[in-house]
Parts: sequence; structure tokens; C-alpha cells
Amino acid sequence: MSKNTVSDRFRKVDVDEYDENKFVDEEEGGENQQGPDEAEVDSLIRQGNLMGALQAVLKNPPINTKNQNVKDRAEGLVLKVLSSFKSTDIEKGVQSLDKNGVDLLMKYIYKGFERPSENSSAVLLQWHEKALSAGGVGCIVRVLTARKTV
Amino acid sequence: MSYHSFLLEPISCHAWNKDRTQIALCPNNHEVHIYKKDGSNWNKIHVLKEHNGQVTGIDWAPESNRIVTCGTDRNAYVWTLKGDAWKPTLVILRINRAARCVKWSPKENKFAVGSGSRLISVCYFEQDNDWWVCKHIKKPIRSTILCLDWHPNNVLLAAGSCDFKCRIFSAYIKEVEEKPAPTAWGSKMPFGEVMFESTGTAGWVHGVCFSDSGNRVAWASHDSTVAVAEGGKTAVCASLTSETLPLLCVTFITENSLVAAGHDCYPVLFVYDSNKAALSFGGKLDIPKQSAQKGMSARERFQNLDKKATTDSKEAVLESVHKNSISQLSILNGGKAQCAKFCTTGMDGGMTIWDVKTLESAMKDLKIV
Repeated sequence: MSKNTVSDRFRKVDVDEYDENKFVDEEEGGENQQGPDEAEVDSLIRQGNLMGALQAVLKNPPINTKNQNVKDRAEGLVLKVLSSFKSTDIEKGVQSLDKNGVDLLMKYIYKGFERPSENSSAVLLQWHEKALSAGGVGCIVRVLTARKTV
Repeated sequence: MSYHSFLLEPISCHAWNKDRTQIALCPNNHEVHIYKKDGSNWNKIHVLKEHNGQVTGIDWAPESNRIVTCGTDRNAYVWTLKGDAWKPTLVILRINRAARCVKWSPKENKFAVGSGSRLISVCYFEQDNDWWVCKHIKKPIRSTILCLDWHPNNVLLAAGSCDFKCRIFSAYIKEVEEKPAPTAWGSKMPFGEVMFESTGTAGWVHGVCFSDSGNRVAWASHDSTVAVAEGGKTAVCASLTSETLPLLCVTFITENSLVAAGHDCYPVLFVYDSNKAALSFGGKLDIPKQSAQKGMSARERFQNLDKKATTDSKEAVLESVHKNSISQLSILNGGKAQCAKFCTTGMDGGMTIWDVKTLESAMKDLKIV
């Protein structure tokens, strides 16, 4: 055996790295996306208007922004709203959303799975079950294939 | 519908001859097998061995009776029937990655090959040199071309790619044809010109298809969406997100109806309404066998609860005809305008022939406009 077979670092070289025709994601202006309005959502939760809070928190998703803080804040807010729902009301909450809303909700749910905290996974799993029956597996496929996500 | 199981391996690709008595398919290896229909049996009559890599695309030209195959060995071969055997002619594609799909043009004087080299090779026969030569369409493709379809005018080519876009290019070769007349997609068509580029859908474009008139193009994308674009002054796009797994192949069966199939193992119907520019789901096209409902004993119920935490008696058995993803759809009779029969092959090594009339009568709400 020749000496060359000892190292296999050559397998990790990206041969397309310096190709000028490489695919680059489109840069869409995301600077102005602030995510859902915290004050509005908080006041709706305090009033007990959970349906309204759900609609409000799914507005203005920070999909295009590169600012990680905005994304984290949005995710935290969504988690707060989802946790404040009673288990029996979750289904009604999902029904009140349109197709795009269900897709967006599923994106937030999976984002929440990524960083589990004390009770978040249990709540998210309940929401996941209801969102799945509304959106089907296609909804999950769209979460997986989206290049720009929350 | 009739299902025939050819092999245990997936069928990578298939193509029918003109009178639909012979089918050429690749059994997931370097060869192409040609089967001939004999009553209700299929007999293997030819084995085409020339490729050094898996054959990824086969197309059979109905009028000139030539087969073109392309494979992961970066080559394409044009096969002509001489006497009793198929003789290959090598076509140099000048690509440095695998070829993924190949299609003869409607007049059969050229064919297009999509490859992982991020380009489309449009090949035509040069009489002087007695040799197939090719021209490349490179810009603005950024990733592998997965699927191709020709416009009936023999010049426009729709290509679906892994850079999430479906585009229509002009593949006008002045050596073999006249300047084309203006179409709904534009009037100036120099070689390589992009006549249309899709926006809006994410996900690799697995299947693309022109309608019979060529005014509409449909594509199926990996984010479980199907979209139709209609050419005109401004192209009108309509897309539909579906609740199923991604679809891999799509074809028009009339000017307004599409059939698509994919990882869910059954074909589905979509209907396009041009007045509203909207696409809607028409129905599932598989008629599952009515399985007898077996009563569950108490022991089975407890076992289910113990193992799967569910009292459901549904077994994890697919009810569709195909037992694995459907990878290719082809029209048998009637063309894209009034399709009467279409055929699907899949990763379960089986081929099913679907009869549109039978499906229409079997499913009450199904309407194929």
C-alpha cells in the first residue's frame, strides 16, 4: 500500500467552493422584520383572548432577517402563547388558522423542539398532533425544505 | 388498472415504443431491458449493455424508433434497431457529472440531457461528420437538472432543477430547424434564452410537464407543492400546497387536468381553473381493495395497546397498488390532450397501467375536465 492512503482529508475538500456558478441563497431585505409585536401579544394574553394572541403572534414572522436575537425573541413569544392555551382549546386554535398559518405554526413548533426547556416539549407535542391533523405530512415536509425559516 | 411486477429492484426509468407493445426499462443497474407483451405476459427480448454506470433516463422516439439512454457514467447512447439487435452510438455530452434525464424533441431531430453539471446538453445529428454534437445551456442554472419536457414547437424546453426553479429555455438549433413562430412564452428565442423562470415555490423540482398546447407548464416540487404557470404577456402562476408527501412526476392528461404521483405511492388528480388561475385537488386515483374487517380478539387489542399504545386495528400495510414510491409517469394513449391510459413505474419494481375511463366511473366525485 502506498503512503497516500493514510490520510483521507482529501475527501472533505469541497470541490465546488470556488466555482463562480455555485448556488447562493437570494438575499431578501430582512432588516425591517421585527417579529411579532410583544406588547400587543402580552396584552391579549392578559385579557384572556388566547385566539387573538395566537393570530397576533403569528404575524410578521422574522423569516428573512439574519438577526438571531429577533428570531429567538419571536420563538420565546410564540412558546408563551402556546403554553397559555388549555389542552382542550388547542384544536380550536389550530382550526382558526389558514393553510399558511398552519405551516408557520409548524415551523415554530419544530424550532421549539430544537431547544427544549422544562415543560415546552409536552406542550409542543400536543400542538404538533393537532397541527399535523390539520396540515398533514406535507406541512412537515415544508418545514424541512424551507431554506429561510423562523 | 393492471399491475405487473417486473422485478424486486426499483425501476429507475422506462419508455414505451410507438404501439405500446414493448417497454424499455432499467432495473436499477447498468443495463436496459426491453420487454415485449405477449398476451398477459411480458418477455424479455433484448438486453442493452453499454453503460458503465446506472442508466438514469430512457426515451423511445415513436416515429424514428430510436432509443436514447443516459447514465451516471456521463454518457448518452442513441440506439438504432439493425435487424434483430439494438446498436449503440455514443454521444459526447461534455459533462463532468452524471446525466439525470433525457428527452427526444417532438420532431425527433434532437434530444436534451439534464445533468448534475448544472447544464442541459441539447444534442443534434450533424450530417457532415456523421456524429451527434451538443450545445450547452448553462446560464442561469445553479444546480442539477432533474427533469425536462419539450414544448410541441420543438424549440422550447422546460427544465426543473435542484436550485428550486422551473425554467423554460429556448433550445433553438439553427442547423436543424427554421426560426420558430412566436408563442405564449415570447417571440424572440435565441439558443439558451430564458423565457420563463418560476418564483414562489421552494424545494427541488422533481417533475415538469408542458400541456398539449404548450401554453401551460406544470411542475411538482419537493416542498409538497404543485404549480401551473400559464404563458402570456405576464406569466400567471398558480400553486397548491398539498398535505401529502412530495410528488415526483406530473403530467397533463387534458388541457385542464393533471395527474401526479410520488412518495405516497398513489397517483392524484389536480384540476386547473384558468379563469380563477387556481389549482385544486381533484382526488386520489387509487381504488383500494376492500379488505375484510377482521374482528379483534381481546388479546390482540391488549397487544396493540402494549406495543403501539393505540387501540387502532389498522395494520401498517399500504393499501395502494404500488408498494413503494412512484418515480415515473408516462402517457400511453390519447396524448396530453385526451389521455385514455397512463402508466406508472416505481421503486417497488412494478408497473401499473391506469385506465382513465374506469377511474372516472369508479370514483363518483372525480371529474376530469
